[in-house]
Amino acid sequence: MSAIIEYAPLLWQGLMTTILVAVLSGALCLIIAFTMGLARLSPHWIVRWPAGVFIEVFRGTSLIVQMFWFFYALPFFGIQLNPLTAAVLALGLNEGAYAAEVVRGAISSRAKGQTEAGIALGMSPAQRLRRILIPQSIPAMLPPFGNVMVDLLKNTSLVSLVTVTDLTFRAQMIRSTTGETAAVFLTILVMYFLLSVLLAMLTKWLEKRYALDRRALAVQRKALRQTSIKDKVGSL
Amino acid sequence: MIWDNAFAISIIPMLLKGLWVTVQLTLLGTLIAAVLGLIAAVIRRLQVPVLSHIVTFMVIFVRGTPLLIQAYVAFFVLPIYGISFNAFTTGVVIIGINYSAYMAEVYRSGIQGVPTGQWEAATALSLPAARTWFRVILPQAVRTVIPMLGNYLIQMFKDSAVLSAITVVELMATAQSIGTSTYRYLEPLTMAGALFFLVSYPASRLVNKLERRYAPKQ
Amino acid sequence: MHPSNDSGLPGGPRTDRITGLPTGSAPIVDGGPIVAFDNVSKNWGDNQVLKALNFNVNPGEKVSIIGPSGSGKTTILRILMTLESPTEGQVHVDGDVLWDVKRGDKIRETKVMRNTRRKIGMVFQGFNLFPHMTALENIIEAPVHVLGMNKADARERGAELLKMVGLGAHMNHTPPQMSGGQQQRVAIARALAMRPKVLLFDEPTSALDPELIGEVLNVIRNLANSTDMTMLMVTHEMRFAEEISDRVVMFDQGQVVESGPPEQIFKNPQEERTRAFLQAVLKH
Repeated sequence: MSAIIEYAPLLWQGLMTTILVAVLSGALCLIIAFTMGLARLSPHWIVRWPAGVFIEVFRGTSLIVQMFWFFYALPFFGIQLNPLTAAVLALGLNEGAYAAEVVRGAISSRAKGQTEAGIALGMSPAQRLRRILIPQSIPAMLPPFGNVMVDLLKNTSLVSLVTVTDLTFRAQMIRSTTGETAAVFLTILVMYFLLSVLLAMLTKWLEKRYALDRRALAVQRKALRQTSIKDKVGSL
Repeated sequence: MIWDNAFAISIIPMLLKGLWVTVQLTLLGTLIAAVLGLIAAVIRRLQVPVLSHIVTFMVIFVRGTPLLIQAYVAFFVLPIYGISFNAFTTGVVIIGINYSAYMAEVYRSGIQGVPTGQWEAATALSLPAARTWFRVILPQAVRTVIPMLGNYLIQMFKDSAVLSAITVVELMATAQSIGTSTYRYLEPLTMAGALFFLVSYPASRLVNKLERRYAPKQ
Repeated sequence: MHPSNDSGLPGGPRTDRITGLPTGSAPIVDGGPIVAFDNVSKNWGDNQVLKALNFNVNPGEKVSIIGPSGSGKTTILRILMTLESPTEGQVHVDGDVLWDVKRGDKIRETKVMRNTRRKIGMVFQGFNLFPHMTALENIIEAPVHVLGMNKADARERGAELLKMVGLGAHMNHTPPQMSGGQQQRVAIARALAMRPKVLLFDEPTSALDPELIGEVLNVIRNLANSTDMTMLMVTHEMRFAEEISDRVVMFDQGQVVESGPPEQIFKNPQEERTRAFLQAVLKH
């Protein structure tokens, strides 16, 4: 156990790398989620279809295969990515594909009446999306997003397999140097657990914060409902 | 030509062997996950004084830690304490335990989803507990459980590639070893990916159908 | 052969199939009440749902409980069916203890409770049929696995009960294939299959579309007229309550406001609260 204390700085470096990988791929994941998710909702086949292919391919192949492919296979096309880039790319695109379904599902499950109210008020599709549908969908998206992020965090451990010096990689190094297999692995097991607990708490906090806006959104919803087509016609 | 077709075709048999190991891993692992998950869910539901809390914590812990590290612990740490099995067995058991934690949640929400009125009707008819569970509650809970089980099976199929890190010779490990021995990574990795896709995509369409069929009424 | 109408039993005296006793003999036990609530209180947090309730039902009596929502009337039934526990008090059924709770006691289900509970049956507002079983399977489930009845006998009896409620043709249908009114009638048959001494009805028609209410009320009416089973019903159907009840109880804020024959309660209420409630209800 004392060996662990000695190597604590190395573990700390590994932890920082893990967090860096998580943040970078998390950001990429969110970008992909919204672009692909919204693309899936497009009425234009030419937009919807490629997004669909992207999502199915990245969800349907294994993450670790994707990571290895970006790092080992891409060079054959002349593109040499450093380990970190390859790993973040694979993680972000893969989890992004899952998150895109969350976005799509949350938005398309908003009550049809919301869209209709927006149409009745003469809003364009883009306006409807921006002002009505997306704001309402955010609270519904948060819990599944939270799950995707925790998943992403856990999957950062895989980057160690493409030589990124994250927490797991450092642990392997320390293990081969000190032979303290049990102590090292159990330590990082607990560290990952604490990280995911923190992430879960963050998600809960975000859910609460956005739920507060729900009262305002509820008022918004009510106001929109009241100006339904029937009302407009009836007042003529 | 970047892509060597002849080479690609020549490695197909090896890759298929690896795929078969992956399939076995997945089927056995899902079986373990389904059974263990049910046991965990029932223990939690019955609220046995100490046991239920232990099980609850273990479920949370397993779900909050990476499969890779769990596999390392099972493969490298346990032998120190005398528990050692071959890589395949270790892999099956650890991925089964990992997914049982998720299955426990699925069972829990499935049981939760059975209307309270069903429990009350069983009480009003004085049905014994075992009968209530097996004849009334679980058959109805299973409707939500089955599609989710399908989803997790497909997920496990893809996740099983992680077990290559503990020397299980499944599809990913096979592709990797072809790469390291021939220095040609493009074909094996691409084809491994394609094989994963060719199995999981149709499977997920099937599960979607199941989901719609078993969707809760009303 | 009476013409089959989808609405219930042929009229006329018949009892043996339900209570197992010839018509006209009320199953009196020790001459005392068949249901006795003794100083029963029920709290939900700060809310006192029942306040030191003393309430008896005599064997063979048909009692309707009326009153505003939240008055606690459903709670009486649910305590009797052991779906909820009293915070304090005693409940006896047919001379046996069902509940004996002192404040602060830990609630546990006892063997005595389980045995006593068998004498009571309940028909729920939401029917609560088992959706994955056919009508017949719903009915025979408890008799086979609780009363130990032979499966073939149970099937035979179940088929008879289904015919009695006018659903002989629906034996092999599952609840999703039936209308609300049909489901409730199956639910009544299911409860009857256990030969309860006391049958509870918790707003049996409140969840039904208006045009389906009549068929269920017909079944209940025929039960009331042709059996000596004790019936305790919470309902909003005032005219129906007036028609079939031996006694009507007006309940409000956890206490009995007034109790008496239907003529008194509906035509000549003694209490102001009863009057006010009936006025508000009958206005619609």
